This record gives sequence, structure tokens and C-alpha cells, in this order.
Amino acid sequence: MSNATRVTRLFPFCILHFAFLIFLQACSGNSAHHKTTIEFWGLGREGEVVAILVPEFERRHPEIHVVVQQIPWTAAHEKLLTAHVGDSLPDLVQMGNTWIPEFHTVGALEDLGPFVAASHAIRPENYFQGIWLTNLADDHLYGVPWYVDTRVLFYRTDLFDHAPKTWSDWMQVMQRAKETSGRKDFYPILLPTNEWAQPVALALENGATLVSEDGRPEFNDPRFIEALQFYVSMFRRGFAPVVPASLIANLYQQFAEGEFASFVNGPWHVGEIRRRLPKDFQSKWATAPMPAPDGKPYPGLSLAGGSSLSLVRRSVHKAEAWQFVEFLSEPAQQLRLYELSGDMPAVKSVWDAPVLAADDKLRAFRVQLDYTAPTPRIPEWEHITAVIFEEGELAARGQFDARTAAARMEARVNQMLEKRRWVMARK
Amino acid sequence: MSRRAAFAPEARAGVLFVIPALTLITVFYILPVIAGFILSLTDFDIYSLGSVANTRIVGASNYDELLRNPVFWQSLRNTLYFSVVGGPLTIVLALGTALLLNARVARFKPLFRTIYFAPVVTTIVAVAIVWKYMYHPRVGLLNRFLGTFGVHPIDWLGDPHWALPAVILMAIWKNFGYSMVIFLAGLQNAPEELYEAARIDGAGPVRQFWYVTLPVLGPTFVFVSVITAIGYLQLFAEPYVMTPDGGPLNSTLSIVMLMYREGFRWWNMGYAAAIAVVLFVLVVAGAGVESLIRKRRAA
Repeated sequence: MSNATRVTRLFPFCILHFAFLIFLQACSGNSAHHKTTIEFWGLGREGEVVAILVPEFERRHPEIHVVVQQIPWTAAHEKLLTAHVGDSLPDLVQMGNTWIPEFHTVGALEDLGPFVAASHAIRPENYFQGIWLTNLADDHLYGVPWYVDTRVLFYRTDLFDHAPKTWSDWMQVMQRAKETSGRKDFYPILLPTNEWAQPVALALENGATLVSEDGRPEFNDPRFIEALQFYVSMFRRGFAPVVPASLIANLYQQFAEGEFASFVNGPWHVGEIRRRLPKDFQSKWATAPMPAPDGKPYPGLSLAGGSSLSLVRRSVHKAEAWQFVEFLSEPAQQLRLYELSGDMPAVKSVWDAPVLAADDKLRAFRVQLDYTAPTPRIPEWEHITAVIFEEGELAARGQFDARTAAARMEARVNQMLEKRRWVMARK
Repeated sequence: MSRRAAFAPEARAGVLFVIPALTLITVFYILPVIAGFILSLTDFDIYSLGSVANTRIVGASNYDELLRNPVFWQSLRNTLYFSVVGGPLTIVLALGTALLLNARVARFKPLFRTIYFAPVVTTIVAVAIVWKYMYHPRVGLLNRFLGTFGVHPIDWLGDPHWALPAVILMAIWKNFGYSMVIFLAGLQNAPEELYEAARIDGAGPVRQFWYVTLPVLGPTFVFVSVITAIGYLQLFAEPYVMTPDGGPLNSTLSIVMLMYREGFRWWNMGYAAAIAVVLFVLVVAGAGVESLIRKRRAA
């Protein structure tokens, strides 16, 4: 009874509320009449930062309105795939460049070849070659590099006597660091056991291909085994703690306190270390390109990472979305992206800007970017990375040796790729 | 003939009454189960998303592969370990707090009831953040506390031996309030006369509990046990927020987490469906045990 009266009393209010909503709708509808709205999904920090770049684009293109949706990195891959299945992808997405083969396989992405051919702003030769290659799948282009990332060595200049240039040199430097430290909880290097990038970078350096183009695993290759042995030995010799990244409470604090002397990771740490750690610490660390396997030229290869901008195949606003891609690829916007987020520009010429060229911590990245190799461009890669760190972790814990770990990877990945070989054979 | 004629209108009305419910159950429960089972016989995956023609009927090979996958057995072990250890502890804790709250001498009952129930309605993400801090090996409250007794710091979520117990502890804390409220309702249903009679016959608190409270709580007990067991078999959120990758060496990987990983991370839908069917059978078996106990009690 009392509920019923409450509802009747609220009723006029509801009507008013709806009327107001319809009024609002009418207002926005009016101005949106000759405006095209494109939707962009940005991942993590870039999703926030791109919103700052949008006003300038909208000023220059009053007929286009850009809606940015931010998606956290941790859930991004699942979310994008699910959105594709549910036909709810936006017009333009930021893609981790290793995902491109997978999203091409499911038919989510538009071939950008014709767009690039007609474009003055975006030319392949303006980009780092290794990075550009990651955007190809079946010889077609499905993404334009937006920012790049590769892995280099971060180290404490007071704990490492010099930046190692070869693998054996690296081992000796770590050995000396451990001896001089004397601390029980000190580790010369941090290699989180749930990250695949470090063992894969070492494997690429050593010339391993991991998976062949036609879908056969190549983990029993001596070059891979040698790299994995090197990786595992860093744990077995007590140079690296066997912990996953989720258990490192505060990487920066622990780095500053000298709990570990180095780590292999990406450019976002440069900004974070500067932001989080005091000024007087900034002279105590440096970056260096990857040490090369003994007998190979320095620097060694590293990962060709980063994010690309991809047009969604089902979008009806591809032309407008492409204009936004061209805008984001302008040197000025690439530089702004760097200033706002620390993401390294994909366009090579931007690196000549003083803010980048004069930065001693970034020099290693600039050098490294000319020495990158893409990871295998197959949709299963994301899954394969999990196999690599899972078996790698078991070997790091000493359950079996690197050779056994490689054989186990070979067997598991072989089973995973059976479907690929069948699909390829049908084509 | 005449009896049938008299019965028919009623039967028709009865059918009309159950049709809406039956339709809903068929569409939302029975058909998905059948669809899931059919899916589990295929190799539906990322290539099938590109083109359905890339799907093969593989018969029982998903199940075969599943049974040969050590990770599946580990996730099954983890899940059963979780249910067998976490379930009884949750129930004992729930019963204990319900008894305390029901005690005549207890003060501030509504306050304590709210405190104990709060974790149930708190979002798991917030809970996870707080518990992650508590479990932190260096600065965590738990290790600080144990440290005062000279216990060496334990890497709760990083050590494969401790990660699952740590998640169990957190899950018990998070979930016991729900069972507690049900026990409390059961206790308040216990007729006061029974206790009076027991006291007159000279029964002390222990024997009152044993001979009056427990028998009165019998049906509640079965219900709570089964709900807890089924809930824990479907364990997902607690380990997912604490150890998203399934913990060190998959030590906190539950069946549902494995299913999620295979299905939504790698998009091996056929394989994930096979896991779902196995879990379905387990849960149905659990529910079967309940009805068996009920029937035996009734007999």
C-alpha cells in the first residue's frame, strides 16, 4: 500500500525526468546532425593521454567527433576479442602489435595497404623496419605503428662496474656485483618469472626463430636451448630471484634500495623511475642495449614491441578514422604523446627532437630500435608465450634443466599448432 | 471416463501455469547446457571465429586431451582441496559465530551481525587489495604479527605451498557471513521449550548443544554444506583477484579459472566447453549427494 502511494507520488517526477532526457537528446541530436562520430579504444595510459590530443584534431576537423574509451591493459586482449565476437568493436583500436595476426585471423581488421598507398603522411620508410614488420600478417598491413617499445637493460651504475656487452661479460658483472654487495637479499638482476619477454628476447638474440612460418615449433633448436640455458642459469646461480611480477611490491623502491641491481624491461620504466624516485638517485642508474651472445655483433637483438593503430573492418567510418590515424602519426603529435606518456615515437624523425636526442637514458632505446626482431606472427603467439614462461619458471625453480624445458615447450606448442597446420593445408 | 472429464480442466490449468516457468528454464538452462555439450565435441577456436568452416567435430578428443592435461588435474586437485578444507572451516566458523550471536548474554548483536556479514557484500576487488597488503611478505600485517613470535616471514602468495591456503583463508573470511545468517535463522527457529525441557532434565550447555541445537539445525546444516560445497567447486573470483595468473606454478588455479583462461584468453571454446561439462557433472553429483542425505533423513 505504502509502496503503491510512493510510486504514484514519484510518477510526475519520472515524466519530467524523461521529458528532460528527450530534450537533451534533441539538443545533442541537432548539433550531431552533420558530425560524424568515431569511436576509439585506447589501452591503459594511452587511453587517457589520447583524450588530451583529441581537441586539436576536432578543431582541425570540425565535422568529426572522437569518442575515446579507455580499457585497462590487463583485460584488453580478452575484451577486444569478445567485442569482435559481439560485433561491438569501435571504429579504431589501439592494438598491442603482437596481437595483430590473431585479430587478422578472426577477420576483425581492415587491410591498410590502400590507405597507406594513398597517404602522404604515413610512409613505411619513416618507421623502424623491425617494428613495421610486426604489423604485417599474410603480407598485408593491418596496423600503423603508434608508439614503439623494446627491451633494454636497466642497471645501477654504482652496483654494476660497466654495462655488459656480451653474455659472458654480463655473467661476470653480475657475479662481481653479488660478491661486492654481501647482502643476503641482494640480486644482481630481476627477471619476473611470469614475463615471457626476457627469455624470448634472449632467444631472438641468439638467432632462434621459435616457430616456423608454416606452424612448426622450433624449441629443440640448439640456438633456443642455448638461450634458455643462459636464462635459467641466472636463476640457478642465484643472480635472479624466482618471483613473478605480481609479488614485487614496489619495483622502483626496491631498485633504489639496491635490492636488485638491474632488470630487462621497456621504456615506460624510464618515466616511472624519474617520477617516483628522488633526484639524487637519477645519476645512479642507466640503460644499455642488450648484451649480445658471445661472438655475435653488439648490440644483440631485442623485441619489436609497441602499439599500433588499426581500423576495424566492420566500421562504417573508416575514412574519418584514418584521418585520426594520420593526425596521431604527425611528428608533432608523436612528440606530444611522448611528452604526455613517455611512449617512444614510432616515427624515426621525431627522435631528432632535442627532448629525445638529449636524453641519456633514452639513447640505449634509440640504438636498440635499429636492432629488433618481430616475434612469430601467428595467432597462437599470445598462448605460446604462456607456455614459454610456465616451463621456464619450472626450470628456474630447478624442477628440470633447460633442455627438458625446451622439449616440453616443443611438445605443448606442437599440439597447439596442429589446428593451424590443418587450416593452412586447407587454403 | 467421467473421472478423466472431471480432471481435464484442472490439468489444463496446471499445464498453463507451469508453461511460463518451463519455457524460461528450457531457454536459459536446458538449451545452454545442451549447446555447451555440443560445443565440447568440436574444436571451435580462434580460426572458427574467422570462418565457421574451420571447425571440426572432434568427438571426445577434447575430453581425452583434458584428462591427459596435468594442469587440469592440478586445477581439480586445487578445487577439491579448496572445497574439502575451506568448506568445513567456513561452516564451523559460521556456526560458531551464529551461536555466539544467538547467545542470550551477547551484547550489540546487530553491530556484530553487520560486521560479520559485511565481507559478503563487500566487492571482491576492494577485499583483494586489502588482503594483498596483509599478505605482503615484508610489510604485511600477517608476517609482522607472526614475526613477534619469531616466525620467519612467509611469502604467502608467492610460495606454491602457501598460496592456496592463503586464498582459502581469505575466502573463508569473505564467505562465512552468508552461512552464519542462515544458521542464525535456523537457531532462532529452535523452540525455547526444548531448551527448557532439556534444562529441567539436567542437561548442561554442551549436551543442550549436542541433543537440541544440532538436531534442530539438521536441515539447515545440510543446506549450508551443499551450498558452500557447490559454491567452492565454482571457485573463481577469490583466486582471480589475488593471483590472476593462477598463482605460482598454478598453485591457485581452479577449474573455473582454467576454463576462463582456455575460453576467453585463448578462445579455445571447444576445450573450455569440455571443462564446463566436467564441472557440471561434478556439481550435479554434489547436489545428488544432498538429495540422498535428505531422503535418508526423511526415511
